[in-house]
Amino acid sequence: MQIFFLLFYEFFKAGLFAIGGGLATLPFLYEMAEKYTWFDVEILSDMIAISESTPGPLGVNMATYAGYNCGHQAGGFLGGLLGALVATVGLILPSIIIIIIVANFLKKFQENKLVNDAFYTLRPAVTALIAAACFSILQVALLNLPGFQASGNLLTLFNLPAILLFAVLFFAMRMWKKLHPIVFIAVAAVMGILLRL
Amino acid sequence: MKKGGYLDLFLTFARIGGLTFGGGYAMLPMLQKEVVENRGWATEEELLDYYAVGQCTPGIIAVNVATFIGHKEKGILGGICATLGVVAPSFFIILVLAAFIRNFADNIYVAHALAGIRVAVAALVVDAVIKLWKKGVKDLLGILLFILVFVLSVAFSLSPIWVVLGAILLGLFYGRFVPSRKSGVK
Repeated sequence: MQIFFLLFYEFFKAGLFAIGGGLATLPFLYEMAEKYTWFDVEILSDMIAISESTPGPLGVNMATYAGYNCGHQAGGFLGGLLGALVATVGLILPSIIIIIIVANFLKKFQENKLVNDAFYTLRPAVTALIAAACFSILQVALLNLPGFQASGNLLTLFNLPAILLFAVLFFAMRMWKKLHPIVFIAVAAVMGILLRL
Repeated sequence: MKKGGYLDLFLTFARIGGLTFGGGYAMLPMLQKEVVENRGWATEEELLDYYAVGQCTPGIIAVNVATFIGHKEKGILGGICATLGVVAPSFFIILVLAAFIRNFADNIYVAHALAGIRVAVAALVVDAVIKLWKKGVKDLLGILLFILVFVLSVAFSLSPIWVVLGAILLGLFYGRFVPSRKSGVK
């Protein structure tokens, strides 16, 4: 039983101190891998691969996976289920509490001049942050950096089928703005298999 | 089902969570579609504000944004419903994978499909950034700030926390000493 409290405590801590999204939980997971026998560093890289290949926030995926592994050691499938639940709730609880406090504060000070002044410059800055994240998403999706570093051949840097697919998808998105994003994701998944991306 | 009720919040965010591949930013196109266009629970500007707060508060950005929108619609319980919704699909998918399919990510077809999905997510996020730009960057100060933050983030991997804190300070300073501008926020 004690293990589940420990699991909750560790993921609550990660949720409380990891600032800036799912990848920010990684250092905490590495620390757990060293400190406990729930999972080791090798399983951690499996976890990252699985998290990246399934829908949902990375941090949540990691917590569920780690919690299951840890609970499974203690009590089979049911233990795994409880572990996954405890770790995931532990991770998201700090966010829920903090955001509800901040949201109440913002509601109260919505008409406040200082809050409005702050958001006036925050919006372009956050747009740029998102654009920067978008830039690294583009790099991973369209370029082949490891291949280029290995061969030094500029032609291997560009993943041409991916760039072509990107151009077609982007054009389609601008053309048919009413379509749900999942349509493009589904089409791209099929094209990925057909083009052997 | 009542539109805008607790169940609607839960199911809408479950859909968003289940269709988002990648981190908090990949969720942006889904939020624009489901929350801004279909439901009208938030405007593009409010989404930007929530991302700003979500960046500099602890926790996963997707969870922070879900809590924000749920709380705005239906108070504390609404925030909890939206948050449980956004994590529920991942929870069950990962549970099944962890319990039954250990080497799912090694499958060659899965790998190809994921490479394709990454391309679509990249295109969707570019499209989302264009929409945000139209709402968030409105004057010369905004353009300069955008360029500065973009370069600092890409070239020097500056932490988002410093960007957010810096932008707040600049905004307060600008609002205090350059009172001539029109109020930027409605």
